[in-house]
Amino acid sequence: MALSQERLGKYNPEKPTEKRITDIGPRHFWEFFPPVIQKNYGKWLYHDILEPGIMVHVSENGDKVFTVRCGGSRFMTAENIREICDIADKYCDGYVRFTTRNNIEFMVTSYEKVEALKKDLLSRKYISGSYKFPIGGTGAGVTNIVHTQGYIHCHTPATDASSMVKAIMDELMDYFTGMTLPAHVRISVACCLNMCGAVHCSDIALLGIHRKPPIVDDNIDSICEIPLAIAACPVGALSPGKTEDGRKTIKIKEERCMFCGNCYTMCPALPIADKLGDGVAVLAGGKISNRISEPKFSKVIVPWLPNNFPRFPEVVATVKKIIEVYAAEARKYERIGDWAERIGWEKFFEKCEIPFTEHLIDDYRLAYDTYRTSTQFKFTGAAWEVSRAAGGIDD
Amino acid sequence: MDFKPKRPQKELKYEELRIYTDEELHNYTEEELKDFKIKHDIPDLEELEKGPWPSFVADAKREALHRKKLPKERMMIDQDVVDDLLGQLQLSFDDGETHWKHGGIVGVFGYGGGVIGRYSDVPEKYPSVAHFHTIRVNQPASKFYKTDFLRALCDLWEFRGSGMFNMHGSTGDIILLGTTTEQVEPLFYDLTHELDQDLGGSGSNLRTPSCCIGKARCEFACIDTQDLCYELTTHYQDELHRPAFPYKFKIKIDGCPNGCVASIARSDMSLIGTWRDDIRIDQEAVQAYIGGEIQPNGGAHSGRDWGKFDIQKEVIDLCPTGCMAMEDGKLVINNQECNRCMHCINVMPRALRPGTDTGVSILFGAKAPILEGAQLAVLTVPFMKAEAPYDNIKELLEKVWDWWIEEGKNRERLGELIQRKGLPRFLEVIGVPAAPQMVKMPRTNPYIFWKEEDVPGGWKRDIKDYRLRHKR
Repeated sequence: MALSQERLGKYNPEKPTEKRITDIGPRHFWEFFPPVIQKNYGKWLYHDILEPGIMVHVSENGDKVFTVRCGGSRFMTAENIREICDIADKYCDGYVRFTTRNNIEFMVTSYEKVEALKKDLLSRKYISGSYKFPIGGTGAGVTNIVHTQGYIHCHTPATDASSMVKAIMDELMDYFTGMTLPAHVRISVACCLNMCGAVHCSDIALLGIHRKPPIVDDNIDSICEIPLAIAACPVGALSPGKTEDGRKTIKIKEERCMFCGNCYTMCPALPIADKLGDGVAVLAGGKISNRISEPKFSKVIVPWLPNNFPRFPEVVATVKKIIEVYAAEARKYERIGDWAERIGWEKFFEKCEIPFTEHLIDDYRLAYDTYRTSTQFKFTGAAWEVSRAAGGIDD
Repeated sequence: MDFKPKRPQKELKYEELRIYTDEELHNYTEEELKDFKIKHDIPDLEELEKGPWPSFVADAKREALHRKKLPKERMMIDQDVVDDLLGQLQLSFDDGETHWKHGGIVGVFGYGGGVIGRYSDVPEKYPSVAHFHTIRVNQPASKFYKTDFLRALCDLWEFRGSGMFNMHGSTGDIILLGTTTEQVEPLFYDLTHELDQDLGGSGSNLRTPSCCIGKARCEFACIDTQDLCYELTTHYQDELHRPAFPYKFKIKIDGCPNGCVASIARSDMSLIGTWRDDIRIDQEAVQAYIGGEIQPNGGAHSGRDWGKFDIQKEVIDLCPTGCMAMEDGKLVINNQECNRCMHCINVMPRALRPGTDTGVSILFGAKAPILEGAQLAVLTVPFMKAEAPYDNIKELLEKVWDWWIEEGKNRERLGELIQRKGLPRFLEVIGVPAAPQMVKMPRTNPYIFWKEEDVPGGWKRDIKDYRLRHKR
């Protein structure tokens, strides 16, 4: 059988249910496992990272599989996938794998093949000079950034993702191709608070945010279900109203808005995006793994940076600064969040030279749980400023 | 060990399936690509062609050129879609706002998910992406592929769509970016009939379950993550394709507490492999680590000189429960006190291995911030055996769904419902007793919602009787 090549293929719009196949699910995983993976399934004993991006897994019967991990851009074309297939056909008997973090993994069964594969991968560059398949993303370094759709194909973003990821990874390349950090650093980008990328437990998260309340379309009554839109607001900022000519509309108590954009998700007549309002919040110190400390949320450490397209210099500089200070200061195995908690967040802000503002103090639900209720703190410049302002010291 | 699909699958051979000839696939030269300009001015995007990291713009441009050189009748949607997508992206940078409209209702017959309508709000400028819908294709568990499948999918998508993908979307699906309404059904027909492959979930459905690499290539995996993922995906096809829930529902499966697919942070039902017996110890290998013959943590820290490996400092002192010690030159673990954080196993994988009596810990309710704030998943079932056909897991899941469908408000995630109704109510629904493992600490306020049956004599009292004892 072949893929069809007529305008509507074998689909007959007159009889849409004819010969219809549904609910068959995905292809089964087993057929996609290379023979060495099938043979050693569940028998792996240990792995070693031979060099950044190159791992060997050793099975209990002595078999080895060598994996070469490459960074990829999540957005990719058929041309790109075909090139990946060419490589997989040439070196890996036609098998290839993608990771949760948008990396591409080529697996071979001998170290000799690794050398040839490595050479080939690194020789492939775009005309503009960027690598097509940079090798790295293992161990105590920065692996690929997971991210969302952004302006490429989404209707609710407050920033763009693919461009920001490219800008950050260009600067962090040495951390991708090296393993020099105290522990691994997971960076994630989400373009709005809907967070289809669920970045809220990352070592460093970049999050698109809005800062202006929605505006109301003149003919909202014909575009959306007004009660549903009103109910979508978590802070009760929306209420029913009437226009001058007596049509139903929505009134907004702007001072209540928390800029979540949930109303726009429900109702296209309440656009919230804005060139000057939108930008990027930086969060840090989250983790997923249960290793040593419990999984935890990332914390907002910079409330807003501008959407400075295409390279987001302010965002990139902030990320780089945090990683550099972390690299210099943290203990082996310590994640960014564990390090910040050990030294205290006041020290984190001081060392990373990030200004602390009132925007970083929670005032949403359960906020009190985040307030410090002890005398255990460290003195930093920020503390002296409070003391001065309160009339506590003269110096 | 051998796993089989639930039903015989079509074997895929690219040579039989293919649409394009070799000449069509290799229809431009490096020289042509060097001189190639898309039809719009994209200065900011061209800036993103520079730098060492793979450039999505450089990639997109070769697809644009490839399409331009294919005969028009060899593609069922506009030839210029990549040009227009990049053009609109540049305009979005200029305007600081997206130019995609709210999705419309687009789908395949009989499904309520898997296709997301997408329209440009500047169709006069970028007509070829005026209608540009997303299609989610259910990825194979843990994303191993054969090139026959990928090549066939590339041909299909270049022929009936834009040729642009996300590999992969955040939930795990293969994302096909952009086609017209007309081409959705023909694409689905070939996807199911020729590639034997279905769509993933979107909307208020079960979303495509996903899992980590598991036992396929990881020594830490405690369960068959792919098999469990495949079983739940195929067993719940109806829930995946037809919206019957208050909101989305995500299931993710991690093979161990390291949590490589982040199920604990981003799935309504998080299944995490674990064990309930003892960590296996190879004392000789422990000595090899101490002696520096084996590098710690599989060499993950080898880019910097951290000094000689110190088992006391790097393992025993970092153990969160303090359940490890060296005694008479041997590493001993008090397994009763271990909380299976994985640190010691991660550092010394050749000396320490998870136990062999394995299963899953089950957690519920994680989600991103919209609306009540982000939530991590709550540990609900400390341990459950996880063996095919996983009826125990399905039974539990269905109890949870029944309650959520009954009680959940429109667009209320499971975690928010648990928050609103309280964890005790959730435990009652799924029929398990309360346990201290479910909380970080017991409540600090004394406002216990006693039920009438908790109290001897119930709540009915007579004020006259009370007044016999107490004057007003």
